[in-house]
Amino acid sequence: MTASDGLSAEVEVRLGALDLRVRLAVAPGETVAVLGPNGAGKTTLLRALAGLHDVDSGTVVLDGEVLEDTAGGRRVPCEQRSVGMVFQANLLFPHMSALENVAFGLRARGVRKGEARRRAGDWLDRVGLAAHAQATPDRLSGGEAQRVALARALAGDPRLLLLDEPLAALDASVRGAMRRELRTHLAAAPGVRVVVTHDAVDAAALADRLVVLEGGRVTQEGTLAELTARPRSRYVADLVGVNLFTGRADGTAVTVTGGFVLTVAEQASGDVLVAVPPRAVTLHHRRPDGSPRNVWEASAAAVEHEGDRVRVSLAGPVAIVAEVTAAAAGELALEAGGPVWVAVKATEIDVFPA
Amino acid sequence: MSRRPALSPAVAVPAVAAGAFLALPLAALVWRAPWAALWSDLTDPAARTALRLSLVCSLWATVLAVGLGLPLAWALARVPFPGRRLVRALVLVPLVLPPVVGGVALLLALGRRGVVGRYLDQWFSLRLPFTTAGAAVAEAFVAMPFLVLTAEAAFRSADRRYEDAARTLGAGGWTVFRRVTLPLTWPALAAGGLLAWARALGEFGATITFAGNAPGRTTTIPLQVFLLLESGRLGSALALSLVLLAVSVTVLAVLRDRWLGAL
Repeated sequence: MTASDGLSAEVEVRLGALDLRVRLAVAPGETVAVLGPNGAGKTTLLRALAGLHDVDSGTVVLDGEVLEDTAGGRRVPCEQRSVGMVFQANLLFPHMSALENVAFGLRARGVRKGEARRRAGDWLDRVGLAAHAQATPDRLSGGEAQRVALARALAGDPRLLLLDEPLAALDASVRGAMRRELRTHLAAAPGVRVVVTHDAVDAAALADRLVVLEGGRVTQEGTLAELTARPRSRYVADLVGVNLFTGRADGTAVTVTGGFVLTVAEQASGDVLVAVPPRAVTLHHRRPDGSPRNVWEASAAAVEHEGDRVRVSLAGPVAIVAEVTAAAAGELALEAGGPVWVAVKATEIDVFPA
Repeated sequence: MSRRPALSPAVAVPAVAAGAFLALPLAALVWRAPWAALWSDLTDPAARTALRLSLVCSLWATVLAVGLGLPLAWALARVPFPGRRLVRALVLVPLVLPPVVGGVALLLALGRRGVVGRYLDQWFSLRLPFTTAGAAVAEAFVAMPFLVLTAEAAFRSADRRYEDAARTLGAGGWTVFRRVTLPLTWPALAAGGLLAWARALGEFGATITFAGNAPGRTTTIPLQVFLLLESGRLGSALALSLVLLAVSVTVLAVLRDRWLGAL
């Protein structure tokens, strides 16, 4: 990999109340999730990268090709960029069949009709919708339509794949399956992938790295573990600062990384994502009696004060973050390196199919 | 459930009168039409010529209105340019301008001594006044605003996100228009075209002023109705009027939801 491979962007966009200033670098083969609250500028950032929105100042370079350079007066129009985009509302063309939707991009880029239809058919096959090739979008379910939209975006082999809340419009019932499928397709897609989401579970499942956007600025970036351990804003603490583990479920027992077994309340099986809110992790001097199903001994690796709350990173059989009140932390006389008992109720643990 | 409002006589009487005022003439037209002689009235050579001429002129007028009006509607809806509001207001003028004045204006612009017309004559030997082409131009002048207004509204309200999606798939401006915008706005554009055609078909004032009333060349149905009335042939005039009434009612029925709803 050379320095010019992948995506390197530095964009400023002013749009109404939004003042977006973002620097973003994504390596080839890497998936970055852009997380943030509504109005943070996530979608505007994607549109700017795609060339659908004017950049007030900045540069966008993809695999060494300058797509945008406001100082140099260079701007490659959207239709000439090697991008693929999946929109939240799938935006399939309602007057075309699924096959024609997927073939559209190939046709627009000059592929002969027969060849375009053959390749579109292959893509529909890959997303498991070969039987629906002739269906118009109004006859597809939400999950099917989003799969066609994904196939349509991938069919042109884009070097930059942009996904704007690809799972947000789906029912909870199909979301897990679609998330899993999306992860497979993202892993297979060459080039740079940027996913916009406001869901920590989606981000954890799909992305290698997270970028948090708040009020038009990147407030934090890093892996999920890094964000969970040291959330730099309330938003990150609340939405991303959740302890997330990947594991395998068998009934109510989930084996997470390192062989540690967590007991959960819901029955599940196969690959799962487990979310434990830091506030649900309680800390004790002695082994607690009573109901908590998950109890283990750990040591406080780091203690960070955040107003009247304290986040404690715990080392032990499994790394986890607890959030306690300053008073409780004082009572426990917590300090880095000190031993402590950890307890989590099974009912406080959320399990998602991964 | 909402209370059914009481209808006071002060409202009811003029309301019924207004309804009758609008409906009675049409009823009279249908009532007095020479149904028995209808076929022979419509198939006599002069009537057939007028019918054919009307069809030809109104279709050419529609072609002209669509061909020039669609790009104008697009520009008004999508391209910010200085004076856009003024142009949008000017488009509306032929809607309220007395057609006779429109005809006079056309003579001054496109007549043999007109501002543009003299060059059409000098350079291309093209003379519009008192020709069939002139009749079509006069009809297009009054019909085009209907097309432009409808198409502009359609282009303005079309969901631009589909066009964005098409662009990310590599489609340039023309491809996006042809394969996405046009199919999505098609019903509204067709309605605008139909409305423009219906207006062109019934055009009288601008046509007779700009193109004259020359049987076989510029005497369309409305002008023929006028000629027949002048020469006292009421029955034949009624027969041709019925044709226009039937066309109007049909167009209304086709556009009922779209156009009446919007107005």
